[in-house]
Amino acid sequence: MELSKDQVRKVAALANLQLSEAEMERMAADISGVLTHMEQLTALDTTGVEPMAQVLYPDSATASLREDEVRTKTVLGTEAALKNSALSGSGHFKVPKVIER
Amino acid sequence: MNVAQLSISSIQKGLREKQFSALEIAQEANRFAAQENPLTNAYITLSPEAALAAAKRVDEQLEQGQDPGLLAGVPVGIKDVISTEGIRTTCASRLLEYYIPPYDATAVERLKQHGALPIGKANCDEFAMGSSNENSAFGPVKNPVALDRVPGGSSGGSAAVVAQGTAVVSLGSDTGGSIRQPASFCGVVGVTPTYGRVSRYGLVAFASSLDHIGPFARTVEDAALLLEAIAGKDPLDATSAAAPVPSYANEMKQDVRGLRLGIPKEYFADLPAETGVLLEAALRQLQALGCTVEDISLPHTRYAVDCYYILATAEASSNLARYDGVRYTARAEAPNLIEMYRNTRGQFFGAECKRRIMLGTYVLSHGYYDAYYRKAQQVRALIAKDYAEAFGKVDALIAPVSPTPAFKLGEKIANPLEMYLADIYTLTGDLAGIPCMSVPCGNTEAGLPVGMQILTNHFEESLMFRVAYQYEQARA
Repeated sequence: MELSKDQVRKVAALANLQLSEAEMERMAADISGVLTHMEQLTALDTTGVEPMAQVLYPDSATASLREDEVRTKTVLGTEAALKNSALSGSGHFKVPKVIER
Repeated sequence: MNVAQLSISSIQKGLREKQFSALEIAQEANRFAAQENPLTNAYITLSPEAALAAAKRVDEQLEQGQDPGLLAGVPVGIKDVISTEGIRTTCASRLLEYYIPPYDATAVERLKQHGALPIGKANCDEFAMGSSNENSAFGPVKNPVALDRVPGGSSGGSAAVVAQGTAVVSLGSDTGGSIRQPASFCGVVGVTPTYGRVSRYGLVAFASSLDHIGPFARTVEDAALLLEAIAGKDPLDATSAAAPVPSYANEMKQDVRGLRLGIPKEYFADLPAETGVLLEAALRQLQALGCTVEDISLPHTRYAVDCYYILATAEASSNLARYDGVRYTARAEAPNLIEMYRNTRGQFFGAECKRRIMLGTYVLSHGYYDAYYRKAQQVRALIAKDYAEAFGKVDALIAPVSPTPAFKLGEKIANPLEMYLADIYTLTGDLAGIPCMSVPCGNTEAGLPVGMQILTNHFEESLMFRVAYQYEQARA
């Protein structure tokens, strides 16, 4: 599977990733190589095989059930939640303007 | 006291007999780490105050006759993708260079409850993506055994600190071999437990269905004790397993006579001789201990690398979406929000992270989802079934960890596909979620360490440690 630079540009936009022209060229070559290798999967017949999204062992289906209770331990206060932000003020994250008016 | 010679049991004995205090261990470990770290760059951040504070707590508990825990006074390194409250956690990325987590990972909390001394945050590949530790924004780690070679990756720093002796044990993480491969390259023990055996809460997510936290140590016993301390159900990780945690260090002391070991023929077909001869010698040793050996087939092995790199990059592209310039310290300036996201990610992610985000976004994108992602999930089911069938015939599998010993810094970095293909023997275990470990089995003629991999069925860690421990004792 050969990926063109235009396709790379489209995927980069989907991923919200700014790439330079040089990066896009390198990316097209690297990803094409990996995707070509991945094509061998198409030769394997997987008709009727249930996709595996998660590791399965005998009691794994019920392993994640718990009482429906508030877990205060994982609640961060406003100050702690904002502490690592790039920019904050008045108890909020600050971002560049979203809506023009 | 020589920190590089200490073990968990020698520390316990020394504390009990008052040969030294925990504070003395912390002071000496801090000094030694500061002195030795420039040689290898194995730690990104040293945490001397945290080690001293933990040591004082241990000494107070001993003074008052309380049990200070399984890891009391044990100097430990923590991979820098595992959250530590108040201690910078960079994930070896410029993006998190100044990130200080507001909470501890559950595994770290358990280290603290057991009295461990956190010496520092170990270097790794950026967001744990890589097999050589060369993808760190803070520079590569040098292998303590041979300084011109890589320590392996992604947990290269965690393996190096234990090999170098600046920690007695360490925590790493494994998504496709990131504990076992560096353990093999640095000549130490590295353990990937059953998926869900150790809580992932606070482990910065790479590929959530594949991520594991696990121990590095110089001996099988120390690795077993560390796993015992950190394993178990955690309500903060819905995928953590409820199965009780046995005393691995006790159970592994049973002999291995009569155990049936399987040799997956697909793993040995193309194995280079320098690694192969060491594994054959190890197998003869295990047979001499009374194990029987038989050939096993894992027929879907050849599809594993493709399957893994589809699933892992797909999950990574979703997990890394959170680094958008808003919540996590680094931001590039831009006139509007969407360009701010794009510039931040373009400017601060390294080349390998970008490659995996792109690959993952592509395989999940409209029109390709069924051909890649869904197909890979089906192949994953077949790989897991191969293992399930194998464990119906044998108790454990013996395999190589990596086709080669540690390679030279810079040797493979230009070719990502070649680097991915070398993960073939380790990433299958992660796909199936079974426990697997690397235990040293000798050095090549060039003096480079090689590990033997032991794999068992889900939650059969005791059996895995038993094979490793009896082999280690017989070899010694």
